[in-house]
Amino acid sequence: MKTKAGESPLLLQLRNITKRYGTYVANDSVDLALEHGQICAILGENGAGKSTLMKTIYGIQQPDEGEIVWNGEKVAVTSPSVARDLGIGMVFQHFSLFETISVVENISLTVPGSLPDLAEIIRQKADEYGLHVNPDAPVHGLSVGERQRVEIIRCLMQDPKLLILDEPTSVLPPHSVQQLFGTLRKLSERGVAMLYISHKLEEIRDLCHCAVVLRQGRVTGTANPRQATSAELARLMIGQDIPTARHAEAKPSCEPALTVSDLTYENPDPLGESLDSVSMAVRPGEIVGIAGVSGNGQSTLARILSGEIRLQGHMAGRIQVFDHPVGDAPPGTRRQMGVTFVPEERLGRATVPTMSLADNVLLTAHGAGLVRKGLIRRRQQADFADKCISAMDVRSRGRQSIASSLSGGNLQKFVLGREILLKPRILIVSQPTWGIDVGAAAMVRQKLVDLRDTGTAILMISEELEEIFEISDRIHVMYHGRLSPSVQARSVTAEDVGRMMMGEFDQKMRAA
Amino acid sequence: MMGRYALVQRSEVSLKSIMLVPLVTFVLALLGSMVLFGFLGAPPLEVLYRLLIDPLASAYNISEVVIKAAPLILIAQGLAIGFRAKVWNIGAEGQLIIGAVAASVIPITFPESQNVLMLPAMMLAGMIAGAAWAGIAAALKTRFNASEIIVTLMLNQIAVQILYFLINGPLKDPMGFSYPQSVSFPPVAMYPLLSDDGMLRANASILVVILLSIAALIYVTRTFSGYTLLVGGLAPSAASYAGFSAKKAVWITLLIGGAAAGLAGVGEISGPIGRLQPSLSPGYGFAAIIVAYLGGLHPVGILLAGTFMAIVYVGADGAIIDVGLPPAAPVIFQGMVLVFYLASFALVQYRIVRVQPEARA
Repeated sequence: MKTKAGESPLLLQLRNITKRYGTYVANDSVDLALEHGQICAILGENGAGKSTLMKTIYGIQQPDEGEIVWNGEKVAVTSPSVARDLGIGMVFQHFSLFETISVVENISLTVPGSLPDLAEIIRQKADEYGLHVNPDAPVHGLSVGERQRVEIIRCLMQDPKLLILDEPTSVLPPHSVQQLFGTLRKLSERGVAMLYISHKLEEIRDLCHCAVVLRQGRVTGTANPRQATSAELARLMIGQDIPTARHAEAKPSCEPALTVSDLTYENPDPLGESLDSVSMAVRPGEIVGIAGVSGNGQSTLARILSGEIRLQGHMAGRIQVFDHPVGDAPPGTRRQMGVTFVPEERLGRATVPTMSLADNVLLTAHGAGLVRKGLIRRRQQADFADKCISAMDVRSRGRQSIASSLSGGNLQKFVLGREILLKPRILIVSQPTWGIDVGAAAMVRQKLVDLRDTGTAILMISEELEEIFEISDRIHVMYHGRLSPSVQARSVTAEDVGRMMMGEFDQKMRAA
Repeated sequence: MMGRYALVQRSEVSLKSIMLVPLVTFVLALLGSMVLFGFLGAPPLEVLYRLLIDPLASAYNISEVVIKAAPLILIAQGLAIGFRAKVWNIGAEGQLIIGAVAASVIPITFPESQNVLMLPAMMLAGMIAGAAWAGIAAALKTRFNASEIIVTLMLNQIAVQILYFLINGPLKDPMGFSYPQSVSFPPVAMYPLLSDDGMLRANASILVVILLSIAALIYVTRTFSGYTLLVGGLAPSAASYAGFSAKKAVWITLLIGGAAAGLAGVGEISGPIGRLQPSLSPGYGFAAIIVAYLGGLHPVGILLAGTFMAIVYVGADGAIIDVGLPPAAPVIFQGMVLVFYLASFALVQYRIVRVQPEARA
């Protein structure tokens, strides 16, 4: 970007910013430079340190080491109000508006001035940047997009030089996204720089002038998103080392265990993820991986497969378990047919946090002889829990341990062990190793491969490409509610999958 | 600069400290009433004696405690099953009234009957009517997602008006000199008394209550159905993942709570009152909410908490007459119990820390 005469060329410089939480290093000597009017994307997986970095810039927390240079001067951003005085504004993912009062009243809470004056400024800003909002409208009647505009206007009232946007499009329906981008481009033309957190690559290519990639708290690369190819960007985000499957090739039988055919689901929640003619088949003895950035429909697919979202009766046949339509069946019925599930949230969904492991066994294993005539059989329950704990090497103080007292890895081993002990014919697992330590992750993956070798059909939804490549036999990619054709995991390259993750389902891609 | 104080969640809460909560609550509420009623001119130690000791000092008083403990415990057992599932039925008072009204139709229709099945029939009618009344809230909750808190609360008012209408109309004793009350019930409509002493009013309803408390204990600790309700209350997502129906939980808990309250209503008309009249309960349906929580939502705890609450009820009644406490004394005491309970429960789960004032640049 060109800089205006008379100003320091760099608006913001971060030098060597390090932030630790205990022994955990959230940001590790991060350097970053931003020019006036530049829109810079901050890319990275969950937990890569993006939010920590933004909070440091906005003064919500202080760095342990390093310095922040603003317009050529070293500054200490000790609180958000200091940040605002400097000219730094932040638009949060979750809004902080009071529902019961009007737009202008909300803004008057942080910006001085009389209500009529403020309303006039709001109208001006709204016209100037295409942020159409009625200042007198009560907030409770506004759509999410309108609320976001109010938040942005509130930042603009303070004439910021830098706006931090934390995944602004994650709350927006698609048609509002271009409108937002129009506003952001206008701001950029007037010299407002932006840090734009997102992991949607195509948005970044559309909007941003530069991209900084964070992995495990470090800056691992920068790129010009307009010049880099999809493959290069994908590689930057994914990392260099994609492992290859080390286990023996699958010997699936021909008859599919789980079939999804042309499944379209319109999510009643306008911000929820919908599905668009998804088709796939999982055969006994193979692991089918579904890759893709979270938020592209994976969680909706998982809920539909588990029965937490039930399809209407006439759609029942879109999901078949061994040729039986189950789309409208409740979760219990599907379990009786030999389908088990390991959901993404292990605390609160896969387990009840405040209950013991023994009681958590009952959650899904109640059909395995643990209940007779409506009464819980404590002996069988204890045996099942003990078997699960020892088979999976769950480190705990025994079956009476409270679920929330276990580490993520041990809890995941427990949940997976419980579902495996039910001897499933089909296992559907979401993000099996999300946020757990390396040792536990390796064990979980090995157990999945072992289960596959016993002839179970496994569907694995995962955001971690390493994992997808390591243990899948075939790979699908999910993008905007659509599912790519499957590719053979042993022959496809990371670049191919990276491109598919941006929606390029090539016709030439080898269908399995 | 002044420091601020903030509540911070404790990482671990010991079972022991949770068990201490009701005890601390009792002690604080008793101390509070000694101070408060002391200001009104009642000697503090006398208040303490009146509230705690006197109700147990004579056979007559103990019998009165039993009469009051029975409905409190019974209703609280039913409500607690709902509260564990996070279904907030606060309409037990109305369910009690409707149960009593429905059951009263039988003896009012057959005032001369000597059929010993009358009481069992009344118990059944009371339970069904109470459950049906609570079922309105369940239907509105599951069909329209109407808050059961609001619906059950408002149904209380409707129940009272229904009672007033019927007791001034179809169910009024025609020979009653236009008093709004029904005919006296025949002996077969009454719970048998526990003793032959004509002064002692305690009746067999307490035995029913104890039996049902045991049933509640088995239900919440041993049955799979009770387990699914608890899961729904603790972690709704886990219940949905496991396939436990949230709608079913709403129905089961409201029907159980309504049936228990309806049965408690029968206990009043077939016990100390002996007829249908405009005032059936001194707020048992509301006090039972406090009893349920004070008892830790556990059937055994509820037995203890209900007994304690009944003791204080009887004690305060006596103190109103003898020591000149205000008539609102029992309600004031209940209020203090609730406030101290909430405060001590919060402090078990959170600790107070002093926050350093925010550094300014």
